[in-house]
Amino acid sequence: MMIEKAILAIITLDPSKVSGGAPIFICKTKDELENVAANIEAITDGIVHGLSDELYIVVKH
Amino acid sequence: MSEFTYPILFGILIGTLLRIIMLRTDYRQYPTYLHGKTIHISLGFIAAALGSLIIPALLSKDYTAVTILTVAATQFREVRNMERNTLNEVDEFELVSRGKTYIEGIAISFESRNYLVMITSFIATFVYILTNLIIAIIAAIICYILAKILMSGSVLKEVVDIEYKDLHFDGAGLYVDNIYVMNIGLPERQEEIMKYGMGFVLTPKNMNTITTISNLGQRQAILHDVSIALGVFRDSGTPALTPIIKRDLDDGRLGVFLLPQVRDVDKAIEIIGKVPVLENAIRMPSNSKAHNKEVPANDD
Repeated sequence: MMIEKAILAIITLDPSKVSGGAPIFICKTKDELENVAANIEAITDGIVHGLSDELYIVVKH
Repeated sequence: MSEFTYPILFGILIGTLLRIIMLRTDYRQYPTYLHGKTIHISLGFIAAALGSLIIPALLSKDYTAVTILTVAATQFREVRNMERNTLNEVDEFELVSRGKTYIEGIAISFESRNYLVMITSFIATFVYILTNLIIAIIAAIICYILAKILMSGSVLKEVVDIEYKDLHFDGAGLYVDNIYVMNIGLPERQEEIMKYGMGFVLTPKNMNTITTISNLGQRQAILHDVSIALGVFRDSGTPALTPIIKRDLDDGRLGVFLLPQVRDVDKAIEIIGKVPVLENAIRMPSNSKAHNKEVPANDD
């Protein structure tokens, strides 16, 4: 089976909410969070999806 | 020269002319240039020649000559393959792809146009041999009109109502009217989408249409046609900026999210309305016997 979608990275302000296999980026401020997310989006050709205000994931579609 | 020379030449001429008339470069942008056109005109010429030769062959009691028609059928099926392959190859590099259903539709119509040419040439030659040139020309014109009617499918505005609706975000979720489209996390991207995006809602006019427009190929065809006509605000490596169509599961309406370069609501509505209803997407549940069968009343 081919996996069509994959979470490439998790970017968060609150490390207590995440764990697991994907690379996790912990940021201090909302600005930093958005910056890091935008960069990873551009680098990986993925899409940044927001799960909450302080938790973003980058998904390859 | 035999007595059949003029009828055959006439048939070939009429057939080739018909192929040229049917070969117009329209909003589908295909075929665009001389090379593509040359292929189809040459094939049309061959089809016309085959069509014109049948009656003279039969009249000269050369019955086995008709078997050449089987060669013709193989030949034109090949046309369909050729179109399909070319379009599939090219499709990978489109910013908004055509989709397989649309490609299949184009390929089928290219094949069937050759058969129409063959039938027209056949009839034109037949009538010329039976009567004279003038009546043959009239017959050819009638064939052309019939071909025109046969080749014109319906378009989207006949089966759906198209309305412009504003896009809005609920948290990270992008909505067209009340139809959820996708999740966009970055505020920066959200701003871009609000700035460049447009939303439309397609409301199906009846039961059959609900199934037809839910077809993924039909939806892709809408996106492709609009992106060709109005341009598209995206690039490779920006998957967040992707025009997309989602369906309202409750009533079968479609929420169309577009990123056109030319932001003109009326033009966009007109272009969506002119998207062909793809042959392969058409479903007619109301024609099914089971669907129309009345449920027997429970009397006990």
